[in-house]
Amino acid sequence: MKLRTGLLPQPVMTLLITFLWVVIVSRFTLGSLVMGALVGLAVPLLVRAFWVDRPVMRRPLLALGLLARVLGDIVVANIEVARLVLGPTARLRPTWLDLPLELESPYVATILCSIVSLTPGTVSVDIDMAGRRARIHALNAPDPEAAIATIKRRYEAPLKEIFRC
Amino acid sequence: MPVSPADLLVSLLLLVGSGFALVGSIGLARLPDFMTRLHGPTKATTLGVGAIVIADMVHTSVTTGRLSLQELAISLFLFITAPVSAHVLAKAALASQARRAAGRSSD
Amino acid sequence: MLTGFVLPLALGLVGLAMGLNLFRLLKGPALEDRILALDTLTINAIALVMLAGIALGTKAYFEAALILAMMGFVGTVALAKYRLGGDIIE
Repeated sequence: MKLRTGLLPQPVMTLLITFLWVVIVSRFTLGSLVMGALVGLAVPLLVRAFWVDRPVMRRPLLALGLLARVLGDIVVANIEVARLVLGPTARLRPTWLDLPLELESPYVATILCSIVSLTPGTVSVDIDMAGRRARIHALNAPDPEAAIATIKRRYEAPLKEIFRC
Repeated sequence: MPVSPADLLVSLLLLVGSGFALVGSIGLARLPDFMTRLHGPTKATTLGVGAIVIADMVHTSVTTGRLSLQELAISLFLFITAPVSAHVLAKAALASQARRAAGRSSD
Repeated sequence: MLTGFVLPLALGLVGLAMGLNLFRLLKGPALEDRILALDTLTINAIALVMLAGIALGTKAYFEAALILAMMGFVGTVALAKYRLGGDIIE
């Protein structure tokens, strides 16, 4: 993996910034589009020095599928968390999960941990890339092994497939 | 009294959104220790405010007759930053727990 | 309008949520709890501002909500970093 250079180091970021600019200005004219595109081109170039090495996305369609799954899981997770929060707190089984990471890129591991933080009763606390482990706190996991297996199957496997790493 | 579909959608989103915002805060107030308290605000409150923001988006689009996507920026921002805040807070809590265990408490 | 009936209820629920945050903010016990309570208070304030925008029928509150979101996040990270090592800027 090498850091991509040139005028477009982060094409996805450029598109996102352009889209956000037009949306926030809220005038869908050619002028705001051009201005947004200029900002979208300039910002990735200016912050290039701070950016970590990022693997190329190989399967964009699969990424969209994962996004849909994560959004669905966020809603399901919230109903679950609401039930746990409003129920008797003595019945909660909070545990620490120790997730072995198969991902090699810190960038992708960060995406995985952000997904973990937003979905079913889990918050990621520490990523140890040298030891290839992530520490995760679960709000209610009577069976830690099953919780780890679910995270690996539902989120890590698709991420590995998307970035091929 | 006629109720338009948009009106119904906005009302539903408002109720669901404020309900989840409240659930997150109840979690923050009543769960027993810091790590469990962290779960309520990061998930429920984020989704709740996201739903209210989408309700505002639909409401503004319907009343002004123009598609209004601005509010989506707030939801997007909240969903990107919520895991990061939770992560740094959990790390800070672990670090201060370790300090307390080592007998160098600053509380 | 149905929204007219639902809005005061939603405002009440969010207000109650902010009251609960305030309780945690005052009670603590650790500094992390207070930072978390402040963060949640800011997120709920965004909801309150958006609701006010719907109730008053103006788009002027959008910028306020966006700035609250940004400032809340930066503030939380800065406070947590301070708690982590005492240095905010490495």
